[in-house]
Amino acid sequence: MSDSKTSASFPRRRLLLQGSAALAAGLAMPGLVRAQGAGPLRIGHLTPRTGFLGPMGEYAVLGATMAVEEVNAAGGVLGRKIELLTEDSVNPQTASTKAQRMVERDKVDALVGEISSASGLAIAQVATRAKTLFMQTGCNSDELRGKNCSRYMFHLEACNTMYVRTIGQALLRDGMVKGKKWMAFTADYAFGHDLFKQTKKFMDENGAVFVSNDMLPTDATEFSASLLKIRQQKPDLVMSNLAGNQTTNFTKQYNEFNIDIPFAGADMNMTSIWGAGKNGFSGVWPIIWTHQVQAPSAQDFVARFRKRWNKTPENQAVNDYLAIKILAEAMGKTKSADVDKIIAYLEGDNKFDVLRERQGYFRPWDHQLVYEMYTVQPGDDKKAGKDDFMVTSKPVPGAGENLEALAPTQEENMCKFA
Amino acid sequence: MPTELIFIIQQVANGLLLGFYYLLIALGLSIIFSLGGIVNLAHGAFYAIGAYLIVFLSDSLGYGLAFVVSPVAVGVLGMIVERFFFRRFYRADPTLSLLFTFALSMVIEQALRMIFGASPLSFSIPEFAHGQVIVGDFFYPIYRIGMLFVAIAAVAGTWLLLNKTAFGKIVKAGINDPDMVRAMGISLNPVMTAVCGLGIGLAGLAGVLLAPITGVQPAMGQEILTAAFVVVVIGGLGSFWGVVVAAMLVGVIRGLTSYFYPPASEASLYLLMLLILVLRPRGLLGEKFERLE
Repeated sequence: MSDSKTSASFPRRRLLLQGSAALAAGLAMPGLVRAQGAGPLRIGHLTPRTGFLGPMGEYAVLGATMAVEEVNAAGGVLGRKIELLTEDSVNPQTASTKAQRMVERDKVDALVGEISSASGLAIAQVATRAKTLFMQTGCNSDELRGKNCSRYMFHLEACNTMYVRTIGQALLRDGMVKGKKWMAFTADYAFGHDLFKQTKKFMDENGAVFVSNDMLPTDATEFSASLLKIRQQKPDLVMSNLAGNQTTNFTKQYNEFNIDIPFAGADMNMTSIWGAGKNGFSGVWPIIWTHQVQAPSAQDFVARFRKRWNKTPENQAVNDYLAIKILAEAMGKTKSADVDKIIAYLEGDNKFDVLRERQGYFRPWDHQLVYEMYTVQPGDDKKAGKDDFMVTSKPVPGAGENLEALAPTQEENMCKFA
Repeated sequence: MPTELIFIIQQVANGLLLGFYYLLIALGLSIIFSLGGIVNLAHGAFYAIGAYLIVFLSDSLGYGLAFVVSPVAVGVLGMIVERFFFRRFYRADPTLSLLFTFALSMVIEQALRMIFGASPLSFSIPEFAHGQVIVGDFFYPIYRIGMLFVAIAAVAGTWLLLNKTAFGKIVKAGINDPDMVRAMGISLNPVMTAVCGLGIGLAGLAGVLLAPITGVQPAMGQEILTAAFVVVVIGGLGSFWGVVVAAMLVGVIRGLTSYFYPPASEASLYLLMLLILVLRPRGLLGEKFERLE
């Protein structure tokens, strides 16, 4: 970089100055002192920023950043500011290396984030070894809460079973399951396989007739062959277990091919719905949260998010936002950054505002945050704006029902903390 | 006719159509390589730019005008890149142009990500092209049939330009013996600029056509580029008809694999490439290449 360039650009020079100041401060302050609590609390945020999960990762960063800004504006936690270190997790190997570095070199007080279940497992292993808290915000695999569960991992994201039961309830209500022939299309990797397993279990238990399941490569973008196959097979219902950009493209092309067979799926994100657009979105889908949730705290969050980022928040932003807010609350209430005290608080009889009608809580035996979910489908309002061409259902489970009705029971998904 | 056979015929027809999308991208890649010896790893990035342009220009210009302006704009961009960058690499070590175009593709992809965000942009098929054609058991969306005609016209136009015009004669002579062409007092520089404009413009056109179907997002170029390379390698470097035949073959094989065994639909391209390279290393219709030998 030439001198003329640096001096010509003020923000860059300021950055440089801040950088050197921070560096000097870091050198002057031994790691020991920082670990004892003089410096800021550090949260390591890892999430995929590129690849087919990248669009969601982008919102994850916006949500996490906003939560940190709000906490710091309110005076921080324990009199300390929160510092967010955010990085692209890329894939399980890189996620593991970066988590390791954040824990050992950066001495983070907690890890937050991730979307891919495979990377989430890698980070959880690092967190468990280092006895560091990991609030995971986007990994769906049931196994992370069961066979691979960890005392140091908490799940802000719903698990596959919760998604399947949410859409399952809607399908049962509409008479779309018993005796109906159904075809499945599944993302060909761990998440898709697990989701298909849960979907098939639900459909089998409720008397649906299985026709076929096609595993589609995650890098496929064009689905005409599959869509022609659907027209040929004429099932009563098509179920998608696809992921990321696959969902966007499959949904759009389903509409383009004008297939009049009911279409539903077991996983959906608002980025996929917006990506498909008003003329491309089709089917009925489960979702953990949308900006159309009418709870006052949700609408307040939507307004703040729009003001801060000039765009409408989606579900992934909410998970990462909540993870940091809940973490800050736990530290504040326990007056400590000690991992055992925080775990005890989160496992305890404490409820959290999760931007929905009812408050949510972590189940002590598997650390799953339970909360209301929703279904989402195209709306009838032709004049709806570009963010609002879909409609969000009332909360599932309904007002009088047990909030844990969607999540697997202890018998169904056994978790033993080591 | 048994229904199963009709299904298979429909998948073959669909595969041929998919082949034309691959062809639009592979053709530009092939002619730029043939004349300039440059393996353009940024070709997919120009395809992505075409898609982003139609999304943004449609709002202000309307779909029809944006449809014409976007590929032309990408072509002009290609000419600028040729004039200021590619030109430096024609006589240099091929590794340098590989490195340059690889870097260029990353710069473009990240720039798209910074400007427009990582989320896919929504873009729909224009109103007038909604609907499907149904003949007996045969069924196909109107938009895709329209795409087919546009792609055929573009490929035919390219063939005519390269084979029936004085410009085409210079291009062919330039491929065979650039030094002799220069010795005869014909400058190859403007020809190269035009060829890059044409090839990159075709990639832009493919982006414009596919934008409403496969979604518009920063990494879209990378996804299609690998398939385009497979087509060029199978077809044989430097062969127009080789690329055409290879594109159709890749489309049909991929379509049929998606029907009979979907998990292998992407892998089928590479198996086909492996098979062809083992049996016929120069590709289906590839000629012996002085540049490579």
